[in-house]
Amino acid sequence: MRLSELLPGNTAVVREVEDVGSADPIARRLRDLGFVAGEPVRLVTRGPVGGDPLLVQIGFTRFALRRSEAARVWLQSDGAGA
Amino acid sequence: MSTEALRIALVGNPNCGKTALFNLLTGSRQKVANYAGVTVERKQGRYTAPSGRVVDLLDLPGAYSLDAASPDEAITRDVCLGIAAGETRPDLLVCVADATNLRLHLRFVLEVRRLGLPVVLALNMMDAASRRGIRIDIAALERELGIPVIETVAVRRAGAKALVERLDLAVPLPAMTSASDADLHAEVRQLLRAAVSMPSRTAATDDAIDRVALHPVWGLILLAGLMFLIFQSVFSWAGPLMEGIEGGIKLLGEWSVATLPDGPLRSLLNDGVFAGIGGVLVFLPQILILFLFILALEESGYLPRAAFLLDRLMFKAGLSGRSFIPLLSSFACAIPGIMATRSIQDPRDRLTTIMVAPLMTCSARLPVYTLLIGAFIPQRTVAGLFNLQGIVLFALYVAGIASALGVAFVMKRLRRDRSEHALMLELPSYRWPHPRDLAIGLWERGWIFIRRVGGIILALTILLWFLSSYPAPPEGATGPAIDYSLAGRIGRWLEVVFAPIGFNWQISIALVPGLAAREVAVSALGTVYALSGSDETVAAALGPLIAVEWPLATALSLLVWFIFAPQCLSTLAVIRRETNSWRNVWIAAGYLFGLAYVASFITFQITRVLSG
Repeated sequence: MRLSELLPGNTAVVREVEDVGSADPIARRLRDLGFVAGEPVRLVTRGPVGGDPLLVQIGFTRFALRRSEAARVWLQSDGAGA
Repeated sequence: MSTEALRIALVGNPNCGKTALFNLLTGSRQKVANYAGVTVERKQGRYTAPSGRVVDLLDLPGAYSLDAASPDEAITRDVCLGIAAGETRPDLLVCVADATNLRLHLRFVLEVRRLGLPVVLALNMMDAASRRGIRIDIAALERELGIPVIETVAVRRAGAKALVERLDLAVPLPAMTSASDADLHAEVRQLLRAAVSMPSRTAATDDAIDRVALHPVWGLILLAGLMFLIFQSVFSWAGPLMEGIEGGIKLLGEWSVATLPDGPLRSLLNDGVFAGIGGVLVFLPQILILFLFILALEESGYLPRAAFLLDRLMFKAGLSGRSFIPLLSSFACAIPGIMATRSIQDPRDRLTTIMVAPLMTCSARLPVYTLLIGAFIPQRTVAGLFNLQGIVLFALYVAGIASALGVAFVMKRLRRDRSEHALMLELPSYRWPHPRDLAIGLWERGWIFIRRVGGIILALTILLWFLSSYPAPPEGATGPAIDYSLAGRIGRWLEVVFAPIGFNWQISIALVPGLAAREVAVSALGTVYALSGSDETVAAALGPLIAVEWPLATALSLLVWFIFAPQCLSTLAVIRRETNSWRNVWIAAGYLFGLAYVASFITFQITRVLSG
């Protein structure tokens, strides 16, 4: 499952961040911000228009990510993670 | 001073309280400029250490990583590496980290530690951390990191005392490590395990506020209420101050030229220099009030929330959520609006916002709109409820907004760089804005405006005075003096250009001095029609006069002209300043004139056909 598909209020664990094209600066930045394997993330809420952007909590920090950005983050499937 | 000043740079993540710490250390002894060749703000300050040594402190832009993703971050990286143009490499880095957000901030500390410069870690916001029950074992953290760690509280007067004392001692180079980027997160986890214990992951107050502030309904209502408050205060508080400044400068001008004989020098001082100074200072109240709100919203952590709420809407038009506040500010005046675009990180989004900001209906258009609507639009009730004049005014505002969205959309289509615009916006913890930081921020904005933009406005006003005054009318001339001047001649030439959009030579002449500011066009029309008196009496007399003289098509065409035309040299001056490029000024002026001409042409021709 991708982070963009996570429901509000739910928590999951990051598996990996996928590059869109080669040397994707957005994927690189997501990793810098802490989206790395094993890190728990929570979808806090979604934006008022069209459910975009997403508000994601990772560690102590909250980031607003557009759907296309969050779609780069793959989550561990239930059972396999945590 | 026997020894050379010690050069220290502050680095750290955005929202780590770095600038507050900088303000605390240096107070008002700051110099704000731009880095060579870019519009990234460069803040330098100075303080004297207890040993008597002078310290030059550089506040580098906040960065999440030295793997730079924006012009700001590239500057931070280049200065730290010692490869920034015109910058000397600092002797020492103070890496600032928010003690309540260590998981994110320690990763950057580890990156900075690899640079090969002496590093001191300032653990900021220790008060907030202990309130949240976060316990940090400073000794363990120092041992694990191998660099000195100092606790600071940037909002307290003595909050940086320990840091200043530590920086006065020799700081050793950290041991070189060869951890790869992937290992940095693992190392952070190891550090947190060794030195930090925390009960809960976020502050309960943040959660409570965000439940309302980010709510799809309440959040938008709160935002609308805040915007209304800002808008109201900019208009109602700034109004009297602006009149006071205008009146004061005028009096000062009259007083200082009173002893001079009537002649060119007196006219230059009165209508050129003092009018120019007044034209600069009159913007200050709006700029300062607006920036007081923007700074408070920014410091409190609300601004990113507003961007979160509006990002989707703005993104569709080719802007970003961060464009909202600058564009809203532009309804008061495009100058503070364009200056406020500094909070937009993506340079493409920032440029688009700057380019469309002049399309927002600023307060200076109102005198022109009032004059024309009052003279040409009948006072009639439409649908039993609405006033036709009000509807026209509303339509003019809507036309401005719609065209801004359209232009932003077209700019997005035309852009060659189609790479994805990133949002990835941090929503920091809420905190009370500190008066010291607000005051220093306001002082900087005001000063930048007066020094950088004021000079250009003053020079242009004097140029316009010259164009409108020379050559003087010949002996026994009967027409208004401006008709004989260079501005008058330019107006006559312009009439050829403007005839297809319905402007007569009087309007064409008035547009020339009207370049100084839109509302000047009203008094300039008065001058051309040889009316004299105060602005109000001129406007009152002008209404009935033009209602008889001009066809409806001309009036509508002129209204439409003012939606688009860049009739404000101050705006163009601030675009030059904020984008550091004359090319952007020409592009902005060119497209605005083009739009204005085409739209006025269509309006004039259609109205002429319809009104037969």
